Amino acid sequence: MAKTMLGVEVLTGGEATAHAMRQIRPDVVPIYPITPQTPIIQTFSRFVADGKVDTVLLQVESEHSAMSAAVGAALAGARTMTATASQGLALMVEIIYIASGLRAPIVMAVGNRALSAPINIHGDHSDGMLARDSGAVQIYAENAQEAYDLMVMAPRIAEHPAVLLPVLVGQDGFSVTHSAENVALLRDEEVQDFVGPYEIPYPLLGGRPSSQGLFAMPDAYYEIKVRQILALEAAEQVFADTARAYALRFGRHLGAIEPYRMDDAERAIVLIGSTAGTAKDVVDELRERGEKVGLVVLRLFRPFPHQALADALGGVARVAVLDRATAPGTFPPLFADIRAGYQGSAELRSYVYGLGGRDTAPQDIEKVYAELRQPAKGGIRYLGLTGEDQHGES
Amino acid sequence: MIEVRWHGRGGQGAKTASHVLAVAYLKEDKSVQAFPEYGPERSGAPMLAYTRVDDRPIRRHCAVTQPDVVVVLDPSLTREVPVTSGLKSEGRILLNVVDAGEAGEVARTYPGQVLGVSADQLAKEAGTRFPNVVLLGAYAGWVGTPSLAHMEEALIEVMGHLPAKAKDASVRAMAAGYAAGERGRANG
Repeated sequence: MAKTMLGVEVLTGGEATAHAMRQIRPDVVPIYPITPQTPIIQTFSRFVADGKVDTVLLQVESEHSAMSAAVGAALAGARTMTATASQGLALMVEIIYIASGLRAPIVMAVGNRALSAPINIHGDHSDGMLARDSGAVQIYAENAQEAYDLMVMAPRIAEHPAVLLPVLVGQDGFSVTHSAENVALLRDEEVQDFVGPYEIPYPLLGGRPSSQGLFAMPDAYYEIKVRQILALEAAEQVFADTARAYALRFGRHLGAIEPYRMDDAERAIVLIGSTAGTAKDVVDELRERGEKVGLVVLRLFRPFPHQALADALGGVARVAVLDRATAPGTFPPLFADIRAGYQGSAELRSYVYGLGGRDTAPQDIEKVYAELRQPAKGGIRYLGLTGEDQHGES
Repeated sequence: MIEVRWHGRGGQGAKTASHVLAVAYLKEDKSVQAFPEYGPERSGAPMLAYTRVDDRPIRRHCAVTQPDVVVVLDPSLTREVPVTSGLKSEGRILLNVVDAGEAGEVARTYPGQVLGVSADQLAKEAGTRFPNVVLLGAYAGWVGTPSLAHMEEALIEVMGHLPAKAKDASVRAMAAGYAAGERGRANG
């Protein structure tokens, strides 16, 4: 194992992601900067300028153009990556749908951030959820190490012949993108070997003439879309296989979900992203006091691992699903997904937290576990509101 | 876990200091975290950065609200910002002071340990204008960890892009701060 690893460094999630990109050596990276993704592209651009990687950097005039260039490059036969956040991801969404439909296996890092208005640069998952139905695989990291590991895993998932879809690797804005932590990088050649060469069935520059981006009439569109949906569903197995291969080789297993102290849990929280670390600390504290609480962290959001989640919830009695995004007018996305696919006996409750970078302290998580002892109040609970707004919970 | 809050003004190097301290503790096999608090970024405006250190892996990503140690990089901040807010009563606060009286003022209201160091003066004598390196040295001398050698290595790693002359001045400034910190520790 020691041979595959370099020493531990203090890196932000953004820097760690840029290192993964340098080691993957993408052929083309179209970029447009936006906070809090900027440190990814800034660090990667420095690697290119210093000759540490020979990627073609395309500086374009908008995220819409960045994603459009990425589609062209990926279909031409170039391994293509990019990164964005928030309004940038919003502007890309039109073209992410096209990338999925054209089966362009682009890997992109997302520094998850709130959407305007009001303008806010801080972390939540609203941007990722806007791209929810774009047909792309979506993975979320808990910390800088996971942001790195998942980025190294991403090309194998995106480019797998059964998948051939874009992959979005999310990390919470600032709390991961800008937080420096212990990160163990792999050796460059280990990453390159794990990722392998870029191969797609019909590269435009591959010597086998093909036409792509065609018009599809009612007699063909439907079949093409269903095949695309099945490909995204296939990504669940490919993700599991890739995670297993990564664990065998490098010793870190990042499954679609991570159950934490769930074995005999009676009350559980399900959430995505960096708050998982805070919640793990709270679970440990409550367990020391004899409370049977557990946590399920979701890394793979699309395709949604319904069965794995149901298995992890097991015989738990009450579950609080914490969403860092909303779906105004109905229940928020993670809760809605879980409720749609879950057939177990647990009572599910919906919470929203951390919008626009609102801090979620251990006490907030403790409050959720305490409320799970009480009868349900129904509706959506808004965690961490201040002042008179806290009485406005529905 | 040790949680450190850095008070500085934009451009003074509070973020860099939070990072150098993390790298120095990493050299002592600790789990670390360093992050600034981002708002509207303006040169000279009060800003915050944090360092977390623990023997066990650090998993939480929430804000630091009850730090064990506070370091204040700019003497004028104590009159503008509640620098002891949330600071544990058995903790400590390290201040950049123009004269010793400023530390005494904080000591009157804060029950924990207080140390004032003339960081601007010591920095100037060493040939740099940055008080952050002096205070990093003072932190190590006063708290007792990390070692000065690890702090110097961390400084040189993080400031690797600077010319040799600037790095030498920073190392001298750090050593001067360390000596001031050690004196503070000896005086209890």
